[in-house]
Amino acid sequence: MQYSEIMVRYGELSTKGKNKKQFIRQLGHNVRHVLHDFPKVETFPRHDRLHVVLNGENSDKVIDRLKQVFGIENFSPSIKVDKDINQAKQVALKLLNQQYHAGMTFKIDARRQDKHFPLDTYGVDNALGSYLIDHIPGLKAKMKNPDITIRTEVRLNGIFISSKTIDGAGGLPVGTGGRATMMLSGGIDSPVATYLGMKRGVRIDMVHFYSPPYTSQQALNKAKELTAKLSVYSGKINFIQVPFTKIQETIKEKVPEGYLMTIQRRLMLRLTAAITLKRHCKGIFTGESLGQVASQTLESMVAINDVTNLPVLRPLLSMDKTEIIKIARKIGTYKLSILPYEDCCTIFTPPAPKTKPRLDNSRKFEKFIDVDGLMKDALDNMKVTTIRPGDEFLNSNQDVFSELL
Amino acid sequence: MIYFDNSATTKINSGVLDTYNKVSQNIWGNPSSLHQFGSEAHNLLTQSRMQIAKLLNVSPGEILFTSGGTEGDNWAIKGTAMIKRKFGNHIITTSVEHAAVHNPVEQLKKLGFEITYLPVDKNGRVSVEDLKKAIRPTTILVSIMAVNNEIGTIEPVKAIGELLKKYPKITYHIDAIQGVAKGLENIIFNDRVDLVSFSGHKFHAPRGTGFNYKRDGKKIAPLMAGGGQERGLRSGTENLPGIAAMAKAFRLVMTNEDEKVRHQRQIKSEIFNHIKKFPNVIIFSKNDDTFAPHILCFAIKGVRGETVVHAFEKYGIYISTTSACSSRDQSVTSTLSSMHVDSSIAEDAVRISLDENNTIEEAKKFNQVFDQLYQQFSKLS
Repeated sequence: MQYSEIMVRYGELSTKGKNKKQFIRQLGHNVRHVLHDFPKVETFPRHDRLHVVLNGENSDKVIDRLKQVFGIENFSPSIKVDKDINQAKQVALKLLNQQYHAGMTFKIDARRQDKHFPLDTYGVDNALGSYLIDHIPGLKAKMKNPDITIRTEVRLNGIFISSKTIDGAGGLPVGTGGRATMMLSGGIDSPVATYLGMKRGVRIDMVHFYSPPYTSQQALNKAKELTAKLSVYSGKINFIQVPFTKIQETIKEKVPEGYLMTIQRRLMLRLTAAITLKRHCKGIFTGESLGQVASQTLESMVAINDVTNLPVLRPLLSMDKTEIIKIARKIGTYKLSILPYEDCCTIFTPPAPKTKPRLDNSRKFEKFIDVDGLMKDALDNMKVTTIRPGDEFLNSNQDVFSELL
Repeated sequence: MIYFDNSATTKINSGVLDTYNKVSQNIWGNPSSLHQFGSEAHNLLTQSRMQIAKLLNVSPGEILFTSGGTEGDNWAIKGTAMIKRKFGNHIITTSVEHAAVHNPVEQLKKLGFEITYLPVDKNGRVSVEDLKKAIRPTTILVSIMAVNNEIGTIEPVKAIGELLKKYPKITYHIDAIQGVAKGLENIIFNDRVDLVSFSGHKFHAPRGTGFNYKRDGKKIAPLMAGGGQERGLRSGTENLPGIAAMAKAFRLVMTNEDEKVRHQRQIKSEIFNHIKKFPNVIIFSKNDDTFAPHILCFAIKGVRGETVVHAFEKYGIYISTTSACSSRDQSVTSTLSSMHVDSSIAEDAVRISLDENNTIEEAKKFNQVFDQLYQQFSKLS
């Protein structure tokens, strides 16, 4: 069915009092970004609803994208007809037929903004209801809990008819909760942590460390592809890639084996903290889950977290791996995450990293390397790109191939 | 030349051949190699898989590349038998299957599996009722063709899927080799089917290409064990030029499918309505949507199929005695004998099989030649 417009209802926003206006503006902005590759779509955020006018774009694809935008409670795809009750009747019949099975009940729910329309709401209810009952044998009307509700709105610019309400993703519009950075490795956990952060309205900038030639171009592309997957929830995401080769080599050379991992993580967090402050973000998200690996014990967290007093937010802290995987599957990042490209967390790992590193030792060993110089070098060479829904990185040769296939 | 033997094989599409050549010359890395050149090949492999999956509305992981229909059928049958042998040893198939299904199950029979061959009615069709009766607690596999290769019957694969929903432990395989781009995707990809076999050269792709659909999560043992390609299910370095060419051929053949099906039906009707007027002609295929749009099987009573094929050949028209794979075999066609057609008549059967590139003019030319030959043959009897 080709719809002409989608009516979006807000979720938690309606409780936000004076901030409501800002929230709606942000949601409108996000929806526009999420639908950036549908050039004909127009969005109109209003105080009660947000209207997405399709202008002929494929409604199924737009619906799929909208399902994932945080801050949407639910939405109804609707068909616009001229202000002519006969046209409305036919469309209502078509919509009903799509969902109708023998024995189902229905009701018409009419509203009228245009008070000059000759029929009032009862008139519209009556006209459409009786038309449907005449044309579908056995159809019964029911006012309380009908199987199908045909919503009809007579507005100044036409009549809008819809028969379905589709659930949205809930949560808050990304951007209303401020900005933070995310340490994205490319594993299973960090995309899930990103998702959970965004769900509460935080705009996330991805920070990804890469170490060529120890890590491959594919590992970097995989992180970008994951970012593209996650961008459907917010519209777009800034991706910051930070070169880490030199730091890792220096640490490997100068730091005792047991503390390799701890010092590496301290440097990663130092760099992320510097980026966070520079970009006016307010916190750092990580995909850490307590006790999962050596760097994620409480002792390790003390030793690593020591380098910054920015809040380090860990949405997965108390989750089991199975719970995390479940969410990863739901948001579609799992299959990407398990692609076997080494990332910089897995190279240079000592056979037995300290699970209980000591803070004083960590501080001491870090002094063996030129922290400031190495950091400056890495920050000078970092690169920021903007990633949007639908961008592809793992199959970068697609254009060449499209001619072959 | 008028080529009416498209169920035997089809002509490779020139654009498809172009892809084959370009990939062979430019992207010849091994998709398993780690370097950039290898991963370029790997990307093309992924893209090809995605393209086929998208056209069939399934997920890319459910498409596994093979060397063609015979391998696809053998794999589905033997791979299922191997992995499920501890759950049972009974296999159900039909008496009208292609040799690529029939002979593998015969091999399994020698290894101790029990086989039920379902009978067919006078249209070459199995009944869901018969299948239901044949199911035992030990049944592990049901293998049915979508379209009969000899007379074009469309088997009730969707209704069988409905029945098998009550038997979730049985693996359901469909041989769809004659059913590509004939408007049958919605009955083949019913929501119960587990395995479907396809062959590339039946839709203008190169020989030695094909793919199996395997429902996500369905277990099957590999027939080719080795280097672990196709997620360990079908080892052997991927035939990338062939696979990319097949993905292209599949896209081309699936474009405007409805239009193509209508076109082939029109040509079939043209010939069907002409030859049915002759008293000595017996037509085994029907001219409605219970039969595939591209296959027409008939006999001229008293004239051996072989004679008819050669007679048409003189006029540059290529048709076939029923299945090309068994054309050189003197034994009487299995579909017709399963339909209890008298063996003297079955010997006379010939098959016309069309594709979207055939034309109404060719059908008219065929009808003219048919008139001449019919007269010539009548003098004999």
